[in-house]
Amino acid sequence: MKRYTRTHEWIEVDGKVGRVGITNYAQDQLGDIVFVELPEIGKELRKGEVLCTVESVKSASDVYAPVSGKVVEVNVDLDSQPEKINKDAEGEGWIAKMELSNPSELDELMTEEEYEKFCSQGE
Amino acid sequence: MGRVRTVFEKSVDGRRGSSVPSSGFPKRDLDEMIPKKFIRSTPLNLPKLSEPEVVRHYTNLSRMNYSIDVGFYPLGSCTMKYNPKMNEIISRFEGFTFIHPYQPEESVQGALRIMYELQEKLKKITGMDHFTLQPSAGAHGEFTGMLIIKKYHEDRGDFKRKKVLIPDSAHGTNPASSAMCGFEVVELKSGKDGRVDLAELKSKLNDEVAALMLTNPNTLGLYEKEIEKIADLVHDAGALLYYDGANLNAILGRIKPGDMGFDVVHLNLHKTFSTPHGMGGPGAGPVGVKEKLRDFLPVPIVDFKNGRFYLNYDLPKSIGRVRSFHGNFIVMVKALAYVDFMGEEGLKKVAELSVLNANYMRKKISEFLKIPYNDFCMHEFVASGEELKKYGVKTIDLAKRLMDYGFHPPTIYFPLIVHEAIMIEPTETETKETLDNFIEALKKIVEEAKSDPNLLKNAPTKTPVGRLDEVRAVRKPKLRWRGDDK
Amino acid sequence: MGDEQSYRSYIPHTDEEIKTMLDEIGVSSIDELFELATGKKGTAILKLDRGMNEWEILKKFEKLADENMDFHFGAIFMGGGIYNHFIPSALLEIANRGEFLTAYTPYQPEISQGTLQALFEYQTMICELTGMEVSNSSMYDGASALAEAVLMGYRLNQKKKVIISKTVHPEYRDVVKTYSQGLGIRIREINYDEGSGMVNFNELFESMDDETSSVVLQYPNFFGVLEDIERIGKKVKEKGNVILIVVSNPIALSILEPPGSFGADIVVGEGQPLGNTPNFGGPGFGFFATREKFLRKMPGRLIGETVDTSGNTGYVMTFQTREQHIRREKATSNICSNHAHNAVMAAIYLSLLGSDGLRKVAENSVINAHYLLERIENAGYNRKFDSPFFNEFAVECHNLDKLNRELLKNRILGPLDLGKFYPELRGVGLFCATELTRSDDIEALIEVMKGMK
Repeated sequence: MKRYTRTHEWIEVDGKVGRVGITNYAQDQLGDIVFVELPEIGKELRKGEVLCTVESVKSASDVYAPVSGKVVEVNVDLDSQPEKINKDAEGEGWIAKMELSNPSELDELMTEEEYEKFCSQGE
Repeated sequence: MGRVRTVFEKSVDGRRGSSVPSSGFPKRDLDEMIPKKFIRSTPLNLPKLSEPEVVRHYTNLSRMNYSIDVGFYPLGSCTMKYNPKMNEIISRFEGFTFIHPYQPEESVQGALRIMYELQEKLKKITGMDHFTLQPSAGAHGEFTGMLIIKKYHEDRGDFKRKKVLIPDSAHGTNPASSAMCGFEVVELKSGKDGRVDLAELKSKLNDEVAALMLTNPNTLGLYEKEIEKIADLVHDAGALLYYDGANLNAILGRIKPGDMGFDVVHLNLHKTFSTPHGMGGPGAGPVGVKEKLRDFLPVPIVDFKNGRFYLNYDLPKSIGRVRSFHGNFIVMVKALAYVDFMGEEGLKKVAELSVLNANYMRKKISEFLKIPYNDFCMHEFVASGEELKKYGVKTIDLAKRLMDYGFHPPTIYFPLIVHEAIMIEPTETETKETLDNFIEALKKIVEEAKSDPNLLKNAPTKTPVGRLDEVRAVRKPKLRWRGDDK
Repeated sequence: MGDEQSYRSYIPHTDEEIKTMLDEIGVSSIDELFELATGKKGTAILKLDRGMNEWEILKKFEKLADENMDFHFGAIFMGGGIYNHFIPSALLEIANRGEFLTAYTPYQPEISQGTLQALFEYQTMICELTGMEVSNSSMYDGASALAEAVLMGYRLNQKKKVIISKTVHPEYRDVVKTYSQGLGIRIREINYDEGSGMVNFNELFESMDDETSSVVLQYPNFFGVLEDIERIGKKVKEKGNVILIVVSNPIALSILEPPGSFGADIVVGEGQPLGNTPNFGGPGFGFFATREKFLRKMPGRLIGETVDTSGNTGYVMTFQTREQHIRREKATSNICSNHAHNAVMAAIYLSLLGSDGLRKVAENSVINAHYLLERIENAGYNRKFDSPFFNEFAVECHNLDKLNRELLKNRILGPLDLGKFYPELRGVGLFCATELTRSDDIEALIEVMKGMK
């Protein structure tokens, strides 16, 4: 199950764990990603807290946790190849895996269709 | 113009460009004086060139720079005015350059007099009661001023004021300086007219707020007409009002920040007071305060007693030093010479003509570019390149194209509250012809954007290098020269 | 009386032009324009004098300069952080070109390649001298560079205790305290050993604990003594997760093993000795160098090499997301203006001298300082600390105030009174020699010193 946030993150849940990243729309707005400050494994976050930061040449953007939970894995490939986010933001460019502490929060997020509509309205 | 090879690539073993004085004492081996374990075994690779080679290298580099001496530099919020040559001559007098900061005070009375006179004149210009000249730059002044504010509240036993209000249009240094003092930054949304929204201010003011940081005129070039009301609101809430002096040029001599109700003021001698920017510094960021804050100033301050100037360290509540020695003295020399040369009438003319130049440009440019807050401005104004987007052109393209017409582009993408911002500050030292030429070029470029956008997207083409790959600079960092590169 | 309106040299508008421009704007006068823009009438009164003409200004400042006793060719035995080294003529001539002096921060790289390349070369030279991997393009001075280093240490390990030797420049320590107060960083100062003038090793090692963020040393230290950084560096590494910060003198580093070799994580210092005149203490510049792995946590502007659209080599400001104009309150520092021009002067200086020339400056300074010490000891004075030194050393001088007054009468700038910063060292003079210290000057000094015995 894949869901989207109004702050342009996505989460794809498989069992208790979800893969998290920024959306294709977000990477396109940011331009070339040059650095990802990956979160620490084991970090506990509440929904909406800053998960990590993604940098382009002229911006540093916070990525927010789409749901509450614990970081269980990070995409270490992004250390050397942050451009993976530009190439495949919603696939190989995933940022972290989170263990959900409150899966019902997913219901508050948007479906792919809803998110597409949200973006086309401009914000 | 092609690439200038680095000075390291030009190096040839056996060459040298300077003769090193020696006292003629008997030569001794270094290891007689310094134990072997301290003596450098790591190779030291500095370039070896003859004097003419060094002169040509740096002269050729200098020719790849745009500068005020070369042409118009309308960088908003930077006040790129002419830097008088007189100041440079004076600042090289040996009585200023070859004096040591720890010399006995009686042997540097001239230097201390300069500092004292500058303090006194800055008081008169700003309406503040006391000054420190120690801070080295605007941001350094902000840090100093905000620490003074922190210490003031704590000295009154008020430890809950941890927040600083800063408008969304502010310079990035404001929040950064506040954070360095341990404050939490609270952003104030600008009102519809681009100025402080009093309702928004009221809603954010409470007994946890230490200060409001403002520049007046703000970064849109607009004067905060309700500044007295703002000051009252801030003071009634027990907070202090901080003046970012980056835009002082607009009001120089005509309006004093002290009269508007500001408690702390920092100035940029390298903006308003004509000292050169030197590729990014040195500047100087004196800080002025109202009487109740005097005791918190950094030590030492320059005082005068019994016919002598002296360094006064007797401020028991001082925040401490913010740098070594007495600040950027040479910059102070230039600033004082400027103030003396301009006199009261001249300083007022600075504000008047910089505001005239800006409004003239705003009027003319509004005919072909959108100006989101198109009101009578002060020394600068902000246009927007947003309407060019439909031709596939961004503000950065327009800026780069200006270089092909021989101009330095304005500040772009700042302030953040204007999309595709183009921030233009002409200063008072530019002639009407220069302004007209720039306006003409800008107009042509806007037309080019419609007819042949590639001219903008491929610009600049007449500069020593074309657009540079900033993504590569971060992804493959090369921050120093290495022999094995080439 | 001079010209009544000197300022018109810098403000070009004729009355006619002003009128045309006002008409264009649609207002009748500048006063009206101000009223519309500010909502206020009238103008303040400053009570400043009328403007002076250029000749009057030159005369006034010439006189003010004369009220200072300068030491360009004079006898100077004072150091303490600002040093009197020879400055080649070519340096001043090139550095003061308007293309360098009147350019702004290189935000537009295509028309700032001169600045960018010169600073890129500067960064390289600082890396060479310090033995570090990356250098920024300058800070305000050595003291603020140190304070920023301490804050960076905190960013790296989030610990709040800083250990700093009292042999670090006292004003630098003051600035570290000022910078630390907002963030609640605690400073622990470590005494010096009274015999050696080095930091007290035992006290230093004992005070290092799990809360320790960084250890700060100076090499050569404020007393001129060569601090044993190797030994301390080893201990710091053993402890782990503690940042070793070393303040140094860039000229000394041409002949001393660089702090980078002893495990320093950050090396900072005052760059004035490199081609900058003493300037009453400012402007000089601060240098700041560190390891590449800490790059994203460092303060200040960084210049990097890249290519343009046609593949030509060029330079840009890079890693700007660390800086205040992008990250605002989350930036690594609030620094915006730095001391680029002073750093470029250092680059020109080092290009003129080269490695051999710089080593010679350092060697001659050491030789002269050791000769000076011999002469002072022969005159019956005792050295205060017995450790190896670079170009400064401390001497017990009995009545130092009187000695310095007497020296000044002879146009000799005597030693710095360490009692200014260390009450227990009242009367101990810190003597300094550089490559410019002349035999005549030493003999004149000794003459006065002998007379004071």
